[in-house]
Amino acid sequence: MLEHVELFFKSIFIDNMVFATFLGMCSYLAVSKKVTTAVGLGAAVIFVLAVTVPLNWLLDQYLLRDGALAWLGPEYADYNLSFLSFILFIATIATMVQLVEIVVEKFSPALYNSLGIFLPLIAVNCAILGGSLFMQAREIPSLGLAFNYGLSSGIGWFLAILAIAAIREKIRYSNVPPPLRGLGITFIITGLMAIGFMSFGGMLTGGDEVPVVPEPTTVQKTEKEELKLDKEQEETVVSFNSITKEKE
Amino acid sequence: MALLSKKDANLILDPLADNNPITIQVLGICSALAITAELKASIVMALSVIFVLGLGNVVISLMRNIIPSKIRIIVQLVVVAALVIVVDQVLKAFAYQLSKTLAVFVGLIITNCIIMGRFEAFALGNGVKRSFLDGIGNAAGYGIILIIVGFFRELLGSGTLLGIAVLGDPIAKTGLYSFGYENNGFMLLSPMALIVVGLLIWVQRSRNSALIEEN
Repeated sequence: MLEHVELFFKSIFIDNMVFATFLGMCSYLAVSKKVTTAVGLGAAVIFVLAVTVPLNWLLDQYLLRDGALAWLGPEYADYNLSFLSFILFIATIATMVQLVEIVVEKFSPALYNSLGIFLPLIAVNCAILGGSLFMQAREIPSLGLAFNYGLSSGIGWFLAILAIAAIREKIRYSNVPPPLRGLGITFIITGLMAIGFMSFGGMLTGGDEVPVVPEPTTVQKTEKEELKLDKEQEETVVSFNSITKEKE
Repeated sequence: MALLSKKDANLILDPLADNNPITIQVLGICSALAITAELKASIVMALSVIFVLGLGNVVISLMRNIIPSKIRIIVQLVVVAALVIVVDQVLKAFAYQLSKTLAVFVGLIITNCIIMGRFEAFALGNGVKRSFLDGIGNAAGYGIILIIVGFFRELLGSGTLLGIAVLGDPIAKTGLYSFGYENNGFMLLSPMALIVVGLLIWVQRSRNSALIEEN
């Protein structure tokens, strides 16, 4: 139970899809001019993530990962189909998005019209595929946790786009230098928000101890990789949140 | 006769500055921010996208007359996914450490908006040679931004370029470090990538006032 709560808060605040790993930035920047469309898109992203991440987890568990096909028979236990992950994940995502589009068109034509082209564009939103790929890279152990991860990643993305839409509506009357207007100031504000979200890093540990996610820096990690080249299994989790200051 | 006509040459040159995919068209932002902490990763990512977009544009352009309109997104996704799988396997085979640094973001080339955007906007309606040039041009424009951001982030963040220390040795305090200079470790973290790109946009739009957005 505790691991569910931990994953939930970790995915929303610490590994926030927008501020920590920059997934879904294109639609984040494009749709955030008004709060109402931002809310609609955010809700759609939450729904699609909550559905596709568990589905892709099932695919990964029983079809794609090393030794996954053992349920078919012992002679299949050596197969490693993980190179097909990209195609299969994107196929499930495209199908689910099509379903979401049909459902939204039936139950809320107003939302469907206001979202316009961006609903089918969710299929190629990096956040959705990124959610599934991170689920695979972090080797989430159970279906319940996969659903939790999908849902909370979506909520984190929704929070981010809601915040930036609200801020962009307000700064429309501010004195932004002309070259920075629109895109430039949005980037800088998002950067400042990302700095703010970094302060959540101490949330799960109480702040005094070493953080719960002690991944080494990418530079240090590559040296370790040279020693581990023959080992297929990854012990450490690859996370871009982990790029920390190099200790002198 | 010149190698490329003026129109064709513009296909490559425009996306490098005036119609840059990242700063003007606002596409392909995700990977531009996440992997640029090291210059090497930026260069490899830029080359991967040049490969995928160039070849993908050619394939889609060859098939443009036989793809039914209703399933064209799916066809595009399949083409991109196949090319990205090739890139991923090649990286895993020949540059394993780098593929671990790039990790998930190689797969995310599939959803890189630049690729789908250029397929839709160009390859579906133009011939093979022009599509190839357009693909190379846009991917090069994307690559330039990646390399600039990666250059500054790695230089200011860890004092190295491509892994080679250029400002001196931080531990032995030689070079610039003997004056008390310290690496700005914050540059290696995600928020600074956003701010560096924001500053790049500022510089670009100051120099070319036609690009400034009206409120």
